[in-house]
Amino acid sequence: MVKYFFSQTDIKSSWEHVFSAFWQRYPNPFSKHVLTEDVVFREVTPDNTLISRRLLTKTNHLPRWAEKIFPSNLARSVFVIEDSVVDLKNKTLTTFSWNINHTRLLVVEERCVYSMSHEKQAWSLAKREAWISSGVFGFSRAIQEFGLARFKSNQIKATRGLEYALSTLHGDGPSRPLKDKEAMEKTKETALATSEKAKNLASVASPHKSNQFV
Amino acid sequence: MNSVGEGCTELKREYDQCFNRWFAEKFLKGDRSGDPCIEMFKNYQQCVQKAIKEKDIPIEGVEFMGPNKEKPGS
Repeated sequence: MVKYFFSQTDIKSSWEHVFSAFWQRYPNPFSKHVLTEDVVFREVTPDNTLISRRLLTKTNHLPRWAEKIFPSNLARSVFVIEDSVVDLKNKTLTTFSWNINHTRLLVVEERCVYSMSHEKQAWSLAKREAWISSGVFGFSRAIQEFGLARFKSNQIKATRGLEYALSTLHGDGPSRPLKDKEAMEKTKETALATSEKAKNLASVASPHKSNQFV
Repeated sequence: MNSVGEGCTELKREYDQCFNRWFAEKFLKGDRSGDPCIEMFKNYQQCVQKAIKEKDIPIEGVEFMGPNKEKPGS
């Protein structure tokens, strides 16, 4: 059984800014769960696309009920591979990422396509899809719900993180008119609101009591 | 941002700076006049690939965008 997630968002920045910011989005205030980031392969292909592979390690916060059942999973962080293709001809950046450990517990695969917006050339479109599945007998439904809730929370952070990087680099986006201190305050408020929303998502998604997760 | 290899973070930062400049000023503008970051990338990779092996991170032989092949719309 697989949970499917789809979302489309407008980004108020040009595709060039988005593609540049994509490489510079870590660290950001919404990425505390991302521990390390490394480019492990990169090549410009003969047809002038840029292909890259990044290795990320992320924390593996589970809800309390899962921690009790799968204590061995706490020992290691999650390793995520993110493969990407920058296609200048079509002005698209396509990414595909998935975790390569803890796979028996949960597999999250995500495909994103960033492209120039159809309506406004100065804007971009981010299309995000995810497939979330668990192979654990007897728990897969609850784990998948948790996985989906955590993914939804993380993708909000990912969007905020990219917007943050864009506003830091290019002064694009809604935080431009604010002074630096005000901008940081606004970022903190947004992060708090996001984590509150995630907690609500968690209690809706899981009938068990889940206290904290990322 | 830190590298997974604790001793590789400086090399990573140097490479990232070079790449980000090249990406925005050359690649995105269609300028193919060579890659100024080759040496830095080589040094960084030597370090990080060693760390990956030491930590047993299973990225060896993983096909580029492998799981994407079986997904609809790929």
